[in-house]
Amino acid sequence: MTEAVNQPDQPEVIEGGQPDLFSKFDPLIEMRRNLLDSGVEDPFSLVMDRVLSPTTAICNGRETILLGTYNYMGMTFDPDVIEAGQKALTDFGSGTTGSRVLNGTYSGHKAVEQALCEFYAMDHAMVFSTGYQANLGIISTIAGKGDYIILDIDSHASIWDGCKMGDAEVVPFKHNDLEAMEKRLRRIPEGAGKLVILEGVYSMMGDIAPLKEMIAVAKKHGAMVLVDEAHSMGFIGPNGRGVAEDQGCLDDVDFVIGTFSKSVGTVGGFCVSNHPKFEIMRLVCRPYVFTASLPPSVVATACTSIRKLMHAADKRAHLWENSRTLHAALKAAGFHLGTETPQSAIIAVIMPDLERGAAMWEALLHEGLYVNLARPPATPANMTLLRCSLCAAHTAEQVQQIVGMFQRAGVKAGIL
Amino acid sequence: MDREATKARIDALIEPFNKKGVAITDATRFTDDLEFDSLTIMDFVAAIEDEFDIIISMNQQAEIENYGQLIDAVVKLKG
Repeated sequence: MTEAVNQPDQPEVIEGGQPDLFSKFDPLIEMRRNLLDSGVEDPFSLVMDRVLSPTTAICNGRETILLGTYNYMGMTFDPDVIEAGQKALTDFGSGTTGSRVLNGTYSGHKAVEQALCEFYAMDHAMVFSTGYQANLGIISTIAGKGDYIILDIDSHASIWDGCKMGDAEVVPFKHNDLEAMEKRLRRIPEGAGKLVILEGVYSMMGDIAPLKEMIAVAKKHGAMVLVDEAHSMGFIGPNGRGVAEDQGCLDDVDFVIGTFSKSVGTVGGFCVSNHPKFEIMRLVCRPYVFTASLPPSVVATACTSIRKLMHAADKRAHLWENSRTLHAALKAAGFHLGTETPQSAIIAVIMPDLERGAAMWEALLHEGLYVNLARPPATPANMTLLRCSLCAAHTAEQVQQIVGMFQRAGVKAGIL
Repeated sequence: MDREATKARIDALIEPFNKKGVAITDATRFTDDLEFDSLTIMDFVAAIEDEFDIIISMNQQAEIENYGQLIDAVVKLKG
């Protein structure tokens, strides 16, 4: 017997230590190193040194127009919102240090839930500490073992995680494909519980769902319907209630999920519903129970902002104007966009690959413009996207400046 | 349902997805050998679901790593 036979296989030793639980991240570490070795500014560790307004900040030392914040309605510096937050901070302190079901429900938490009920004209509202937790909590609690969840393949990570945590049978269908959704609903065993999960606006490409048709089909098959309206609240629909309101089908939605971290301008998540038994969720929903509630200043700013958004028709009109103008100008300049027509306040500019996408992102930053660089695996079809989200506080002049920046950066990065 | 007949129908379905022309056996793995990405898996699963009028949930897909396991799962789902 030779010595070689007695030797175990030698595991490959990777630079930076022995193989361990972190070895699974090596491909990502490698990808990131290659990107940064090309000399590009790191797209994933930008620091905002000072924030000047909802649309401008000092980023990495430069004054920058912000076009990737989801701050759709520009509420972050609203004087009434700030005043409400300061007053609550003074009157109620910096935090609740407790769960909503123990010592963490203050009058402010009830007030923001009341504001949500009025905003959506619905009976019940439940506020979570983040939008992620709202999806995680509601989905995992209502769809359990033996139930079926039918959902769009491009759903947000918080939706997928909620599905996994609840242990229901998860059945995805092709993005926005009504026929594929119906086929799957038809095949679900008789008597099984069914939940259809859709989004109003899909945040990667900025496209909307044909909710009216899809919800009608879901209802025909006896499914409950949950719609995530995170990217439409405050902006889409006559009262800013979202895509379902805009398409006239909000009454058929069983659960609307939303967030305070976009149009509302702070942090937190929520679910609104007309279900007669909805209040029991406060006792059975673990991501609601087993975490501290939002700080008093946060719920006070959210409450004030939501009430102002009820009367923001002029801002909604201006945001639509901004979206249409930028979409048309980028398309005319020769960029490849995620949607043929502007459908939301998100405009996705499709990049040929990650390297040129990162180069374009850097060129834009040097021009003084911040957008989101979105890359696989967060993106559909493994695309690299420069995702722009407009704000009602962007002026018409800023939008024209943005167009010029895109044209110059596009030439510099070899995209145009 | 007969395993051979089921296999024959799945053999026909996988052909357009087998872009590299890998010789497929029961042991062929979808991600490692056929290099299917998540979108290809979704389209391939949808083709099988439509052909057999069944649902293969993500939970069930997690248990299926190779071609033989897929055929067995479809046979079982068809009853």
